[in-house]
Amino acid sequence: MAITPPDERVWWNEPVEKTEVLWVTIALIWALVMFFMMPYWHFAGEQNLSNEAYKGTIDAYVEKVEAAAEKYTVREEGSTGIPVVRPPVGGDAYMIGRQFEWWPVLELKAGETYRLHLSSADVMHGWSLLPENINIQVHPEYEMIIKITPTKAGTYGVLCNEYCGLGHHVMTGRIYVTE
Amino acid sequence: MAEFRTCPETGFKIDLQADKLIKWNAVTSVVFLLVGGLFGLLVALTRWPEIHLLPAELYYLVLTGHGLDILLVWIIFFEMALLYFTSAILLNARLVAPMLGWIQYWLMLVGAAATNVAVLQGNSSVMFTSYVPLQAEPLFYAGIIVFAVGALIGCGVFFATLVTAQREKTFEGSMPLVTFGAMVAAIIAVFTIATGAAILLPTLLWSLGLIPYIDSLLYKVVWWAMGHSSQQINVAAHIACWYAIGGILFGAKPLSEKVSRMAFFMYILFLQLASAHHLLVEPGISSEYKIFNTSYALYIAVLGSMIHGLTVPGSIEAAQRKKGFNKGLFEWLRKCPWGNPVFSGMFISLVSFGFLGGISGVVLGTEQLNLIMHNTMYVPGHFHATVGAGTTLAFMALAYWVVPVLYQKELWGAGMAKWSPYLFGLGISLIAVFQMGAGTLGAPRRHWDMTLSEAAIGFDLPPAAFLMMGLNGVAALIAGLGGAIFILNMVGTILLGAPKAAPAVAPAAPAASGAAVSGSAEGVTVPGTFFLAIIFLVTFILYYFVNWKFLASVWPLS
Repeated sequence: MAITPPDERVWWNEPVEKTEVLWVTIALIWALVMFFMMPYWHFAGEQNLSNEAYKGTIDAYVEKVEAAAEKYTVREEGSTGIPVVRPPVGGDAYMIGRQFEWWPVLELKAGETYRLHLSSADVMHGWSLLPENINIQVHPEYEMIIKITPTKAGTYGVLCNEYCGLGHHVMTGRIYVTE
Repeated sequence: MAEFRTCPETGFKIDLQADKLIKWNAVTSVVFLLVGGLFGLLVALTRWPEIHLLPAELYYLVLTGHGLDILLVWIIFFEMALLYFTSAILLNARLVAPMLGWIQYWLMLVGAAATNVAVLQGNSSVMFTSYVPLQAEPLFYAGIIVFAVGALIGCGVFFATLVTAQREKTFEGSMPLVTFGAMVAAIIAVFTIATGAAILLPTLLWSLGLIPYIDSLLYKVVWWAMGHSSQQINVAAHIACWYAIGGILFGAKPLSEKVSRMAFFMYILFLQLASAHHLLVEPGISSEYKIFNTSYALYIAVLGSMIHGLTVPGSIEAAQRKKGFNKGLFEWLRKCPWGNPVFSGMFISLVSFGFLGGISGVVLGTEQLNLIMHNTMYVPGHFHATVGAGTTLAFMALAYWVVPVLYQKELWGAGMAKWSPYLFGLGISLIAVFQMGAGTLGAPRRHWDMTLSEAAIGFDLPPAAFLMMGLNGVAALIAGLGGAIFILNMVGTILLGAPKAAPAVAPAAPAASGAAVSGSAEGVTVPGTFFLAIIFLVTFILYYFVNWKFLASVWPLS
């Protein structure tokens, strides 16, 4: 029994039953398939997270986001006072997460590839692009740069899905994608 | 000198100190299950959009408490009971240094109470993960540290008891498989607690103002080496429970000692790497690191779990077939004691853990697939299947056997006990399914208001996501009912249970061994289990590739 010592003292010499050998073999093959899917997707797939990131200061990042916003703001988002920023097509786009907003609103062009910079001004946040459901963790002092290609025009929401304090549920942002 | 009694039901020689420690740890664990479970119910009722019970601040407070009391306190207290049981009792040995056992108990109790107080005071709503730079009160971290020190001492008592039992020859040959599994859990626990100390001690000092700064990424990397590994303690422990219940109810022998022990051993080698599951969409961590670690080095630990998934039901099938339940593929399964909560709990735990928890865990932990699931409701969906349906239900099932046996009382409320595993198992499995569904639709986790009505910029999540969160609430009520019955059964048995009548027949002696033809289960083949395993594999493969297809449809990124 499993709750008593093995009957055979030399249990490690017992032959293994055939069903079990077969299952272990099948499971091992499946394990290897799953393992190789990940490197394979780096070559064959289009959705891979960038490895480009820099450590810096919060202040320096805030400055960059604000400079970009100043240069490329096209309008305001409704009556919120939040700028809508249209970065150069195929250029650098900046967004910052802070308690409790994603700032600024971005306007991107479908089919173009942007270098999207993400970082936080205070605690960890979760950048969650909906309805695409692309989710990226955002840390203070780490600037992550992702090459991203919007495929379809529309209005996309950005939520925070890393708990970031008592206002976590009001933390949102927006990305417009135009034709 | 240790004193013993002989258990009239099992024939085990029971060290009275071990007996007492097991009872105290088990009872305390159930109390925290009650507290944590009630917190959980409040969470579910708040996330049920039509009910939205608690205000935001209270919701985040209760959610922090739910995570701590269930993921840490209930489970680790029960695991302490399990360690003493699998060492002293299963080996017929004395528990070494019971005094240290009591220190373990009181430290853990004081630590758990302190952390709960810190959470209830309201300034420590930082969630179970307490990611810096969010800061809790020092008492919050101090409580967890004291709790962990207690658990570490418990592991020490366990190891010392193993060594002493071996030296005093209280058992023949190798330790039982179940004890081996518990030992694997304890080894992982030592690693886990050491890692926890490495990150929580500095964090405590930081909350006291003695350290100016902790890097958030460093915190996350090290914290999860504790946070995920602590769930691997559970996996090893609840799989040991499955084997134990197979042995207790069916006299089941492992199909092969060698293979089952190897599968456990793989956990020691590889499960620790799972810290990476939480780091797949982080900045500053390379793809190579992510791929190697998140797969536990080529999925060897997953292989271990898939082996247990075959050998646990397989050993039961072999035992049942030997008793003559040989008709067709599944007579052995139909003739199982489905009305006995010890069995039904164990079997539902096994199925839900494998199909829901295991598969979703691998999918979630795949480097690129994590992008479309990270931190959505999919994540709590996954771990309600593993820790809820898997660990908690397995522990409940074993408790249905252990508590009446140790207290020498009849199970109180046996009529309703039959229903508990079905209600809890069904409820918690549905929780997992609905949460995963909501996550797939983008619903964020740890979030008070998915209508986003108070946000400056709104966004409409799909109505189906709201429906899922409502159904999640209904499922939580079902699970809560099952859990309440379990707690009533336990408390009722201890306080009101009738003394157990002396067993009519002598305790079942281990089946006569004979010469093993092929492995420990003596060459009985297990076609039924193999068939079920193939169904599992096909489900796994289909679901895995469906998610790759989902991934391929989102915005390209590199």
